[in-house]
This record gives sequence, C-alpha cells and structure tokens, in this order.
Amino acid sequence: MDQAFKRKSYSLKSSITTKGISVPENLPQFEDHSKQETKFTTCYMCACRCGIKVTVEDNLVRFIQGNKNHPINKGVLCAKGNAGIMKQNSPGKLIQPLMRKKGSERGEGDFEPVSWDAALDYLTKRLDNIRKTDPKKLAFFTGRDQMQALTGFWAQQFGTINWAAHGGFCSVNMAAAGLYTTGQSFWEFGDPDWDRTKYFLMWGVAEDHSSNPIKIGLEKLKRRGAKFVSINPVRTGYQAIADEWIPIKPGTDGMLALSMVHVLLKNDLFDYEYVLQYTNATQLVVHTPQEMGDGLIYRNEEGQPLAWDLEKEAFVDATLAEIKPALFGEYQTPEGKTVKTSFTLLAERYLGDEYAPENATKICGVPADMIERLALEMAHVAFEESIEIKTEWTDWAGRKHDSFIGRPVSMHAMRGVSAHSNGFQACRAIHLLQVLLGSVDVPGGHLAKPPYPKHVCPPIKPAKPKAPGEPLDGPPLGFPTCPEDLVIDDDGNPLRIDKAYSWEAPIANHGLMHMVITNAVNGDPYPIDTLIFFMANMSWNSSMNTGKIRDLLREKDDKGEYKLPFLVVADAFHSEMVAFADLVLPDTTYLERFDTISMLDRPISEPDGVCDAIRAPVVEITSDVRPWQEVMVELASRLKFPAFTNEDGSAKYKGYKDFIVNYEKTPGIGFLAGWRGKDGEKSLRGEPNPKQWEKYVENECFFEYKLAKHERFYRFANKDYLEFAKNAGFVASTKPITMELYSETLQKFRLAGLGLYGGPQPKDERDQYRTARFFDPLPEFYIPLEQRCTSIEEYPFHAITQRPMMMYHSWDSQNAWLRQILAQNYMYMNRQKAIEMGIEDLSWIWIESKTGRIRVQVKLMEGVETSTIWTWNAIGKQRGTWGLDADANESNQGFLLNHLINEHLPCGDTGRPITNSDPITGQAAWYDLQVKIYPAKKGEVGVWPSFETIKPLPGSERSKEKLRYQTHEAVGLNRSLKDILTRGDTKRDK
Amino acid sequence: MKLGLVIDLDTCVGCNACAVACKQWNTSGTTGPLTDFEPYGKDPTGVWFNRIRNYEVGDYPNSKTVHFPMSCMHCDDAACVTVCPTGASYKREEDGIVLVDQDKCMGCNYCAWACPYGARELDREDGVMKKCTLCVDRIYDENLPEDERKPACVMTCPSHARYFGDFDDPNSEVSIISRERNGEQLMPELGYEPVNKYLRPREKKNVDTYVNETNSIKAVKDWVNRLVAR
Repeated sequence: MDQAFKRKSYSLKSSITTKGISVPENLPQFEDHSKQETKFTTCYMCACRCGIKVTVEDNLVRFIQGNKNHPINKGVLCAKGNAGIMKQNSPGKLIQPLMRKKGSERGEGDFEPVSWDAALDYLTKRLDNIRKTDPKKLAFFTGRDQMQALTGFWAQQFGTINWAAHGGFCSVNMAAAGLYTTGQSFWEFGDPDWDRTKYFLMWGVAEDHSSNPIKIGLEKLKRRGAKFVSINPVRTGYQAIADEWIPIKPGTDGMLALSMVHVLLKNDLFDYEYVLQYTNATQLVVHTPQEMGDGLIYRNEEGQPLAWDLEKEAFVDATLAEIKPALFGEYQTPEGKTVKTSFTLLAERYLGDEYAPENATKICGVPADMIERLALEMAHVAFEESIEIKTEWTDWAGRKHDSFIGRPVSMHAMRGVSAHSNGFQACRAIHLLQVLLGSVDVPGGHLAKPPYPKHVCPPIKPAKPKAPGEPLDGPPLGFPTCPEDLVIDDDGNPLRIDKAYSWEAPIANHGLMHMVITNAVNGDPYPIDTLIFFMANMSWNSSMNTGKIRDLLREKDDKGEYKLPFLVVADAFHSEMVAFADLVLPDTTYLERFDTISMLDRPISEPDGVCDAIRAPVVEITSDVRPWQEVMVELASRLKFPAFTNEDGSAKYKGYKDFIVNYEKTPGIGFLAGWRGKDGEKSLRGEPNPKQWEKYVENECFFEYKLAKHERFYRFANKDYLEFAKNAGFVASTKPITMELYSETLQKFRLAGLGLYGGPQPKDERDQYRTARFFDPLPEFYIPLEQRCTSIEEYPFHAITQRPMMMYHSWDSQNAWLRQILAQNYMYMNRQKAIEMGIEDLSWIWIESKTGRIRVQVKLMEGVETSTIWTWNAIGKQRGTWGLDADANESNQGFLLNHLINEHLPCGDTGRPITNSDPITGQAAWYDLQVKIYPAKKGEVGVWPSFETIKPLPGSERSKEKLRYQTHEAVGLNRSLKDILTRGDTKRDK
Repeated sequence: MKLGLVIDLDTCVGCNACAVACKQWNTSGTTGPLTDFEPYGKDPTGVWFNRIRNYEVGDYPNSKTVHFPMSCMHCDDAACVTVCPTGASYKREEDGIVLVDQDKCMGCNYCAWACPYGARELDREDGVMKKCTLCVDRIYDENLPEDERKPACVMTCPSHARYFGDFDDPNSEVSIISRERNGEQLMPELGYEPVNKYLRPREKKNVDTYVNETNSIKAVKDWVNRLVAR
C-alpha cells in the first residue's frame, strides 16, 4: 500500500454520453473496475453508524463513500468516514496479543508477544476462579463500544454487577433525563422532524453527536427557511451557520430553559390539551410538608394515580379515558389531606420571580429581552404556524382522529448540557419546554426513534449480586424508580465498584466508568482482582486527573503487589492505556469484522422506520488480531456461561455470528430484527433464520422497516403503534406512555434524604443533603457543584472542551489525514477579555484550577463567551503512542485539560471523597471546571506537564517519513501537442 | 461545457468532509498518489486539492464564523495556464477543467505563484504540480453508477453545500442555484473569471413573537380550568 506505482500512459476508449454531461472522446480508462469489488458495511469512525460503500482492490481500500440507500447518512459521509483508509493503514494498530514482560513495571510498556491460546488459557483460568469465588472482583468496562447488549449480557452471565459502558462520562444526563421525562431523548433516541420543523433550538452541541444527520438536517432547515438558534458559549462548527447565536455561560442552560418556561406561562402560552392528555400534569400530588408521603402522587387503593374530575366533582383514576380532569387546583381528600395537581405545583414554581428573564440573565448572561423574545418566537411558531397531517389514526383509548396536529418547534441538546453536575435537571428543563409547546412526537417537533418512546421509565431494574457462579437476574444496568432499587448493602454502602446506584449517584443508569480506577485502587468500596477495559483510554483523555490516575494504576501495596492486580486492555490501537495493561488483546478495525448494531441496544432507527445494521468484513485481517466480540463468545463458552453452553457442557455457539443469529432474548426476539423466521420472511419477531447474516449482506448491511403513516406520530398514545411496539418487544404494555413533568421517582429519593421515606434512607449527612437538595421532582436549576465550593473571584473562568467535527468520537486523531487538519490544540479565549488582562495572542499562559495547573499556548477569538475558555479535547497524546513519532505535534504542543479536573469534588471537606459528577446520575461533570489564568513568566514556554516517551511495541514498524498511498498505478491524462500548438492558453486569447 | 462547482456558505459547517473525500479519491486518482510528508511525525503536511479556511467576521457578541472551502476555481482566464512555460497547465476545451499534464510539468511553481486562490500544490516527491481535477476520473467514468459521476467532494458533503455541473447549460443545477441566490465569483476584480461560484449566507431569519394580550398570568389562580377530556 505504501509504494507508489509508476505512472502509465493512457489507453483510449470510445465516447459515451452520461446524464447532463457529454463525455469527451479520448479519455483513458482511469481504473480497472474488473479488479475492484464494492462491498457494503457500517462505518465506525465515530458513533454515528453511517452506511458505507467500500471499493476494494487487492485487499486495499480504494474508496469509502456514503451509502445512498442508508437511512442514517443517505449517501453522504463526514471527514472521519472519508479517512477510514488511514485508520486501516495506521502504524498504531495492535498486531498481536501481548503480556507485560516479567519483571517489568506497569506503565513502562515492556511487552512480549503471546499466542492467543496462551492468552485465553490464562485469562480463562483467572476469570473462572473469580467467577466461582466472588464475581464482582471482575470489573468489565467498555468505552465507545456499540455492542453493549452483548457486553452487558456477558457480564450478566458472568455474574458481575461491575459492568458499564462509557455513558457515565459521556452523555448519560441526556439519556436519563429523557427516559425519566418523555420516554425518549435526543440523538439515538429521537431527532427533530427535519423535514417539517420551522424553528430549531440547538443546546450545547460541542460539535458532537450526531455527525451526518445533524448536518443533513441543518441544510434542510435552511433550505426551507426555518430559523436555527444555537445556544452555546462557543461559535464554531454548527453554530457558525445559526441564524442566531446565544453565547450562554456554561452550566446555566437549565435556567435559560426555565426562564423561557416562565415567559410561556406568564403569557398563558402552552398547549393546554396536549399537556392535559399526555402528561401527568393532572395527577394530584399530596401536599403535607415535613410529613411522610409529601410530594408523592395521590393514589387509590389499586395504586392508580388520581385526578380531580371537573364534571363529576370527584377524585377519579387519572389514567382513564374520557375523564375531564382539572389541570389546576387544590383539593381536600376524604382523609383530610391537601392535594394539588402537579401542574399547579409546576406553575407556582416557574411563575416565581427568580425565573423571570431579568433575574435569569444574571445567571446565564443572556439578555432578558432576548430570553423573552426567543420564548415568544417559539410560541408563535408552535401555535400560530401549527401544521396538520391528514391521516386517520386511533388513540390509545380507541378514539379515531382524522389528523396529526404538529407544533413545528424542535430542539437538540447534547454534551454541553449533559456534562455538568446539573445536567440531568437541565435536560429535564429542556424537555419541559418541549412538552409545554406540545412538540414531542408531533409533526414538526421532536420525533422518537424506535424502540423509543418507552414507558417512563423502562421496567428494567439494575441487577443485584447473586451467589458466585450464577448469572445475574437481569442486566447490571437498569432504571431505579425508588430507593429500594439501589444497589447498596444493608448499611447503605455501595455494592458496585463505581458506586453507581448508591446514594452518591442513585440513578447512574450508565455507571461511572470515570471512577473505576480510583475506587478499585483505593479499595473503595472494596479491592477487585481483574479489570477489563475495552476501547477506552482511561489513562489519558477519558479520565479526569490524568496524572494521578496514571500513578494509581502503578500503585503497590505493602507486599509490593499492584493494588489493581490484573488489567486487561482490549483495543485495536496502541493508545496510552496499553502501557498499563498486564494483558493486551488486540481487536480488529471496523473494516475487518462482523458486528451488530442491535435493536436490543441503541439501533440506527429513524423516526419513521425501525432500523438496525451489521458490519461485514470488507478486507481480510492481515495480523494476529481477533474481533473482541469473537473473543467474548469464546470466553463465554470456555467459562461455560449457561446461555452459551449445551446441557452436555459443549459450547452452544460456534462463534459470534452463530450466537447473533440463534440467540433469542425472548421467543422470536434476537439481536437482529430483519429477515427473521425460518425463511427470512418475518420482520422484528420470528424464529431464528440461519441465513440472516447473508440477507443483511445482500441488503447492504442494514434493515429498515417503515412504519405505516398512521403510526408515525403521537406514538406515546397511538394504539396501532403501541400494539406494534409491544409485538416487536420495544415496550412491555400497550398502555399510553404518560410523560412525567413531575417526577414522583425523584421525590421518593428526596423524601429519603429528608428522612421521610418508608424505605432505605441515606445515613451520611452529605448524602442526605444531596438527595434532599438535588432530587427535585420538578426540573430545577442549581449552580454546578464545583462552583458551589469554588470562589468565582479566584477562579473566574469556565474551562470547557469540544471535539472537532473531523475527529469527534473517532478515537484516533493519529489518523494521517485528519492530523494534517489538526495536530495541535490551543486554549481559546475571548479577544476583548484577553486584551483587558494583558494576554497576547499565541502567548504562553498558565491555567490553574483547584486541582492543578497546565501551561499552554493561547489563541484569541471573537466567538466565545467572555468568561469561557475552551480547547479541543483529546488532541494531546503521550509521546510514542498511537504510532506517532516522539516529536509529533500532539505530544509536544498538544495538551489535555483533564489534568485540571478532579475525579472527586474539589471541595476540600473532610469525610469520604465524593465523585465530581451529577449527584443524580453520576454523569462526569467535565464542564463544571473553574480556573484562573495568568501569563507565563518570560522564558516559560512549552506545554506542561509532559510525559515520558513510551517504548515501541514488539513487532511494530517505525512510521514512515513519507506516505504515498494508492491502490493502483495512476493513469495520467495528457495534453496533446496539437492542443498546445493550436490553441491559446486561455479562453481570452482565442 | 463549462464545468464547475457552487459552494454554499450558508450551510457549510467546516466539517472537512469534502477535503478528506478529495484526498481519499485523488490519492488513487489520475494524479495520485498525493504524497504525505511526516504523516506520523512533526508538522505533517501533504498534498490536498481542497482546504477549508475559517474566518471570524465582526466583534463579539455579534461575530460570525465563516467556513470557506477553497479549491481550484477552473478560471476561464486562468493565470496558472498563462504562466506555464511548458504547456503542462491547460484548460480543457471540451469542459473547461483546468488540469496539469503530469508528464509535461517540471515543477517550476510559476502557476502556484500566479494563482490567487492558493489552489495548486506541488508534490515535492514527484516534482510536479497537482490540483483539483474536478474528479475528471469520476465524472466521465461510465462504469460508475450515473448518480455517482460527480466530484468526490460534492458526493460526500453532509450539509449539501456543494453542487457540480455545467454552467453553460442554463438549466443545470449549478446555473439555476447561482441565478436564484446570486452566486458570486471570488475576487472577480482580478479578472481571471473563476468558474466556481459561492453563495452568501442567506438573510437572517426573522420570526414573529406571540404576545398573549388577552391573558396575562400573574399567579396560578388566574387560570380557569377548561373542560377537556383525557
């Protein structure tokens, strides 16, 4: 691949005509297509999962393009997807299993090659022992994997509760807030109705998810003349083309949303019927302050929530059809309790002056008149420019409607909102705004993507430990709805290594991967034996406090043994994490393997279609690497997990493909939804089809099931859709999905914190405070936790990161083409602010937080809010990793902000350290960081801190000084001598 | 024919998809390989036909960010062609594509100095000038599906900010969109008659506000329950 072919002269071919463009004669045949093959698969350069068409020539990739038939990207492809060739040919690829050399220290990167058999024999023995004695001593955490349905199932079968993926340090706040409010969310859960929306509000999108669909969607909006408002402290990327840019102070989006709610309520501008019919707004809430049961829903003996019927003038089951419930009001129950509709509580709250734009502006820095105007613009579009789609549909109670009414206002929110310790409530506030506008799952609004919406919230509880050797009763991660669901011991202590589902992070639906190393090394709550990381760079850009974490990984006990005894790293690349591994299991690239993007996980559905996908190899593996999913199935068989083992003890599945095709979660429901049934004639539910993989490959590696027109909107209350969804296994019941503006779940935790709950209650004072303060049943704004204990005078700047579009989620910025676009990051700050402070463009500055300081180069710009500084994340690399030379810009000029962020709240108080995360969900609070900045002294130049150069891995090639990639000899196009002699050189000369 | 591109600055988000798609196609294309130097070392550089420039206009908070893709404009009166001493640089009569005959180029760099758009890049390894070919090796390739016979950058652009076609045909997509949205040449005052056109960002969208004059709410008691069936 690396040698350049010699140019050859062209051969002539006859003239042809193609559409619109006449083909000139005398053109050579530029490439020999007979030597090429085109294959389809799914991209994995990021988490977007676009369909790609790959042209291959002699096992080399000629060209990767978007698949025009694919539901996600419809033929387009981003910069990352276009750079797949350089991922495939990266010198940073791992090529064989490795063991840490005997006698060498962890972190030094001294390895010796080992055979797969030896590696798996060793690992099997170790894991078998753990499984039979104390399964939670295996912690298995996966990074950016797209097979959580499989990895989670594997952990469940192993019997360890210590499993999670990377969502805890990514965007769990976004996912959790949605699932606890509307039963769907953003990105994989739902999208704006790009084809119909007239007003689009984008909150806190740090050039991130999702890659191509957002770009496709934004262009559609602009073409139709819809308005695009972007709320973001930084104006790069998508924000560049916004009609209006709102530079907000980081961490205050919740207040902005609630202030907009204030404006809507003040003007009596909300969708009264929608709120009444589809949310829990009419449900009555018990109002008995300081007593048990305060704030819970008033229920009848059957446990059904009650409402006040205006016609009957009586309490009625709030879930019944045809009742005429009060939206507002306070009532006395026969037992003598005061109850109020939850909407009354909500309206009382947000009518309050603290949410008035003139007060909100002091917090978010957005001018009051702008807040008011934006809210009233949305109201105008929602209610004065409503749209209607004529289609007969039937609601959950069997009533026919002749059209879908749409409120064409839509929103998208991502990491900028999520990655704060108030992000869960901020996301809830955004959903509240959507619901008041009547814009959830309606034409022009925000549309769920199957299997969403789900009931609020999905009826899966986090698994609790079982006896050694036994599988867990369910998946390790689930959705707690009350303190009884916490994964804690009788004394209230955490049972999971990451302390998910403990009082410190009760609704930690994606776990807290960012706490695993710290907790495991500190034996807090207990030491473990083996930690497996898949595709996660936890000794570098995916951990807070990177320097300390690296020290912890090397920390030894009194006997000289590592406190974290055994660390397995499974990855395709020589990341910074590899040096700390005791065993390295090399994965393949995405172009070399089978994969499923499953309906049991987060599939690739579109609002109007149920979709899933596979990957199929397009090139052959050329080194001693194995797909991680094959390794997992093999380990599952070796360890004799019940679901992977026949009664006679033999392996049930021949490998990953066999498992995917034949495993059924419940009868008829498996990993892939397409071409089920013996002959492949069934969709979504049906017995296994032995030819299922082949059908996917035939169909360009994806499956799409279009919903009927009457099933596409109001799906939370759409009878035909709900019946369809139940049959497909998406939801457990056909009852309507009631959106929860008021969250009784949160109130239960709050009562526990207040000592008013008839179940488990926190004992530690700080847990009591945190649950009582932050588990507000209504969406609420609070100052992010780090700022609550950090002097704004001393640390006046918010420091945040973005990942550039051409690298977002691509987890390998060593890519030879992409790094030519960006190989070094700067710290960006507002020009006018810098001038005030005497900081010059491109000068060296110190950035200091309570945790540490870094020295970096500053670049001044206009498009950044004045109290915010920001940089590109994960550009900095350790010297010698990723196949880069030791003098690569990433290692010598690039830097990480992570050194400034503590994994524990930097509040200096005594007692146990508390995670620097959202107190509700455990979402890593990356963007809460407060810093001060000052110029470096004369002579202080260069990035600090810097780290040692890592040794090359055995068998790795030195990277080349020149790269001349081509898959065939170029066929040149020559100018004839006649042309030179007879024609002037330009048109003007003619 | 007068083939060229239209680039829509209203929707370009600066994602670099076009730049990388171009690199990917053309490194195995008619003037490939496009050499990369120090691909894994210090200051990696390479030959690219299409680069995205980023600018800010105006002062905070009214600043705008503009992403500006730049590649060969396939000028009607191309300075690069005029200055070429060997006849290697030429504008094709059939379709107006400006190309460099790789066998005739001696790498003297005159054309790169003459081009005001920075569209030409010398491949130091091959000692020849390389540039955007408008994917001449795609657009006429009858073995490619008909709807894929366009430049790689146009095919891949996720925000559909790039259009390709024949400006001599008044009914082509590029002619129509240039007419409708006043497509502009870049630096027309230089007189090179660039064929590619840019579309300015659209006018900012204004939306009315809905002010409810009949019902202003001060407290919850101001609301009256409506009889609505669940």
